[in-house]
Amino acid sequence: MASTRFKENAVKYVLLGTATASILIVILIFLFLGKEAFPFLFDPGFSELLGSRWTPVSFVKETFGIYPLVTGSFLITLLATALSVPIGVCGAIYISEIARNTEKEFFKPFIELLAGIPSVVIGFFGLVVLAPIVKSVFNLSSGLTALTGALLLALMAIPTIITISEDAIRSVPRSYKDASLALGASKMQTIWKVTVPASFSGIIAAVMLGMGRVIGETMAVMMVTGNAPLISANPLESVRTMTATIAAEMGEVPFGSDHYRALFWVGLVLLILTFTLNMISMKVLKKYRMQ
Amino acid sequence: MNRNFIEKAIIWIIRGVTYFIVFVIGYIIFDIIIHGLPAINWEFLTGFPRRSGAEGGILPAIVGTLALVIGTIIVALPLGMASAIYLSEYARQGRLTRMIRLAIVTLAGVPSIVFGLFGLGLFVLFFGFGASIIAGSLTLACMILPIIIVSSEEALKAVPQSLRDGSLALGATKWETIFKNVLPYSLSGMLTGSILGIGRAAGETAPILLTVAAFFLPKLPNSVFDQVMALPYHLYILATQHPQADKILPMQYGTALVLITLVLGINLLAIILRIKVRRKYRW
Repeated sequence: MASTRFKENAVKYVLLGTATASILIVILIFLFLGKEAFPFLFDPGFSELLGSRWTPVSFVKETFGIYPLVTGSFLITLLATALSVPIGVCGAIYISEIARNTEKEFFKPFIELLAGIPSVVIGFFGLVVLAPIVKSVFNLSSGLTALTGALLLALMAIPTIITISEDAIRSVPRSYKDASLALGASKMQTIWKVTVPASFSGIIAAVMLGMGRVIGETMAVMMVTGNAPLISANPLESVRTMTATIAAEMGEVPFGSDHYRALFWVGLVLLILTFTLNMISMKVLKKYRMQ
Repeated sequence: MNRNFIEKAIIWIIRGVTYFIVFVIGYIIFDIIIHGLPAINWEFLTGFPRRSGAEGGILPAIVGTLALVIGTIIVALPLGMASAIYLSEYARQGRLTRMIRLAIVTLAGVPSIVFGLFGLGLFVLFFGFGASIIAGSLTLACMILPIIIVSSEEALKAVPQSLRDGSLALGATKWETIFKNVLPYSLSGMLTGSILGIGRAAGETAPILLTVAAFFLPKLPNSVFDQVMALPYHLYILATQHPQADKILPMQYGTALVLITLVLGINLLAIILRIKVRRKYRW
């Protein structure tokens, strides 16, 4: 009898141990990024990171200002959000409210399929198909621009936005819509004035999760944005994002150099940004689920 | 009449946008299949690359990706499923449970390149594994852990409480109940979600960039401490870093097609399994 109880408890604690692995990994991520980034604070100093020039390899003076990388990431994220939100929300409304059942059964797995395509393949497609189109449409010398990156990222954020918004829209009680229709409102009026407002916080959460995906995306962005560290709001110029900087430069830096530590700082900033975005969207989702 | 027209127009715009998304997805897949197929032949699939990938095959990259996927499964699957069993069957509302859930959500949102930095700092340098299959697999496993936990937990929660109550009422212990009456009915559901995570691991580039992937290594790995080539990284190299990148388009498309077939094949497996599970168990 005692051995049964012992076994039961052993199983329980082993399972508990595995479940705490997630906490351990999160702590280790912060710890090890911090550990590699930390010495940069003393030499060359934190103020070095706030500069406006990122020239990590130079014969004159190396500078590690992450400002152009942050603005690059922000420009692309804002553009991609502006493109993907209307499209994604329209898609979610169509699939949950307008589409016939046969359409629904086809669209949902098809859009999930898009989420499954590896980002390097999307980047490759952007490089060989989309970039030449952007180049000829805007008459540029190169199609590797912030806009090209944003278009690809919008494409990659769409499945996230559709799946989560659709969930939110579908969970609006039927009685709301019936009441609106019974009062003589048309189908579009019901969607616009009743269904969408009722699921609004869910849609916001979807958008924020999509933004989190966009800001952290690496390969597709690195392949099509040209990677010049410029501070510019012009979407037709080349930009360099935080993610692309880490991916492109980490392979070539000597371990322990200033450049190496600066790249870990970029990673840390990225981690904190996405962490904050996720926390806010989780809060929003939780609130709306309680309603 | 006028209002009716506007109403119809808006519906058509929304419909058009949705069909446009589907068209773009279809076009990407179509483009890669149509340009990739001519590159696929026996030599391409089973040969070694020559002239830094401009000629020859991609066997080392295929083997490398498979090795990484298997390594990731070995680490992430037991860990994720066990976590899910704890969360679904044992966990009570409380501080620890809240912290575990917070950690899972946080992990799910960490950018893949940050996992790469983490893997570099912990597995490659601190543990001294060097750039190797084991370092890459562990990094990928951390990345897909939240996907496996969340989907496995959902599968466990779908098993009706009455099955547990019945077993407990007959005198079975908690673990006997879980092992004999809950797991058999939820295992295929748990696998479905896990397979989707594994598909993601197979296609990711950023985490393996810093922890395992070799630029050009025309041989097969001998141990888990070897560096390997991997399909996604190979595609990235061929498309952007290769000196003749614009002349070897067929090689690039061929690699993209093999990668997409592997990843979407894994996903398809999950979808088929999901349909089967839904048919088999209706509570």
